[in-house]
Amino acid sequence: MPDTPSTPLATASAPDLGAPAPASSPSLIQARGLTKRFGEFTAVDAIDFDVAPGESFGFLGPNGAGKTSTMRMIGCVSPLSGGTLQILGLDPEAHGPQIRARLGVVPQQDTLDTELTVRENLLIYGRYFGLSRAECATRADELLEFAQLSERAGDQVERLSGGMKRRLTIARSLINEPDVLLLDEPTTGLDPQARHLLWDRLYRLKQRGVTLVLTTHYMDEAEQLCDRLVVMDKAKIVAEGSPRSLIEQYSTREVTELRFAPGVQETLDGQLDGLAERVERLPDRVLLYADDGEAAVAAAHARGLQPEQVLVRRSSLEDVFLRLTGRSLVE
Amino acid sequence: MTALAHPRSGIGRVFEHRFMQYRRSYRASIFSSFLTPVLFLAAMGVGLGSYVDGSTSPALAGLSYLAFLAPGLLAATCMQSAAFEAAFPIMSGLVWSRTFHAMHATPIDGRDIVLGNFAWIGARMVLVATVFTVIIVLFGAAASPLIVLAIPAAALTGLAFAAPIMAFAATQRTPNKFNAVFRFGITPLFLFSGTFYPVESLPAAIQPLAWVTPLYHGVALTRALSLGTVGGAPGLALIHLVVLLAFIAVGLWFASRTVGKTLLRG
Repeated sequence: MPDTPSTPLATASAPDLGAPAPASSPSLIQARGLTKRFGEFTAVDAIDFDVAPGESFGFLGPNGAGKTSTMRMIGCVSPLSGGTLQILGLDPEAHGPQIRARLGVVPQQDTLDTELTVRENLLIYGRYFGLSRAECATRADELLEFAQLSERAGDQVERLSGGMKRRLTIARSLINEPDVLLLDEPTTGLDPQARHLLWDRLYRLKQRGVTLVLTTHYMDEAEQLCDRLVVMDKAKIVAEGSPRSLIEQYSTREVTELRFAPGVQETLDGQLDGLAERVERLPDRVLLYADDGEAAVAAAHARGLQPEQVLVRRSSLEDVFLRLTGRSLVE
Repeated sequence: MTALAHPRSGIGRVFEHRFMQYRRSYRASIFSSFLTPVLFLAAMGVGLGSYVDGSTSPALAGLSYLAFLAPGLLAATCMQSAAFEAAFPIMSGLVWSRTFHAMHATPIDGRDIVLGNFAWIGARMVLVATVFTVIIVLFGAAASPLIVLAIPAAALTGLAFAAPIMAFAATQRTPNKFNAVFRFGITPLFLFSGTFYPVESLPAAIQPLAWVTPLYHGVALTRALSLGTVGGAPGLALIHLVVLLAFIAVGLWFASRTVGKTLLRG
């Protein structure tokens, strides 16, 4: 990956904590009993969370868990049905436009203007934040560099790849030098290479102290980017912590995956019990949760089990999610 | 903390966005705003007019049919063009490209989006009406210097349609019903609101139907200015103007609500 030696976004530095930071609490975002209902359906059910300045905070959960509804309330584009929410010390209901002036938003669905060029998309977006044309132009050029889109500046957005559009959306979200960047499923639908490029850019922002709030249903994304995360399932928060601490708390150090020949797994009822601290049967494989994976493999072989494939790996957030909800995250 | 700056005019920024889009596509639209009046005035005004003028209709009262028709077409063209501009770009902003949602993530709100787009349509209508009026004058179909005021009158006629159609467009998730609006709304109005012949030529029973449509009032006002007859019935002209403004005001109120609602729904 080509490295940009200069820091084009030097101005998008850490939130200025001396300025109008909330006096009452050190949180940039504070939710208590936050609830969103659509008619009879409860999308977000009385959740509590705090996001500290400079932190990278994630909502992890399957589709329909309530992540996007939560993000939209934080983005001040969806009224609360209950509870309280403070963003940058302000109430979204009373100060929506003021809060939105200090947020950067990367929505799940692209909202770029496909009729305009790449650069024009940045220019007009800066104008929405009240920036002068000259300021918009300077920032647009910096951000194009940051998003590695300088060569496509004059192209119509329609002709960009999915990964490029996402990078442009992220660049656009930074035009107002936001205090908090909200990213709703930033890499969903991208190929692995495009995802890694995007993660690299987000990691740089994080290192510059930009507060990131993101939703994802990808474990690797959460593990790479989040200092702290909450696991959401069915409108509620079911666990909270750093990726490491969640794994320590809800899983073992290692996981052994056993795959059997078709039909064999169904015949193994009693023989799997006690092979590890916890045994999980998935439709296509068996997971053995044990701190020493190799020992679990040896124990399985000692019982005469003959898996076709054996994989010993470190525990991941996927295992945490499976443990907490009994289901896998990405079906 | 420069990001705290709040745009003084969200409406202006939305207008600027529309202008930026227009710069990329204006050639085609300029061409059609010249072509439409030339074709219509040549075919209907000159061609059909040579028949009509021979028939000595009392309704024309010594006018050429071309002079009668031209302001009607001017107002009706603004209606059609504004209806189109109010339907599809609103659907695009809310559903297709979702650019309105992107705007709404900034300090801009739904009202700014509605009024900015409305102002843009207004500017477009002034442009369309100006081109049309120049062509009327070139055809020798302007009877009074007051035709200059026919430009804002025709633009207002367009806006009286744009406002309620924006309100309607924001409630739709697909453009399917737009066809119905054009086929059963705009086209019949075009034919029956006094553009091609006085509404008084219609059966008395359906004349009141014409009175409640904005096009009837727009055509009547535009024509009174183009023919210079407005001074004879200033009260009537005022009524026409008030009806157009009422459609605009009520339409914008609804549009702010429906656009705002759709933005909050996501």
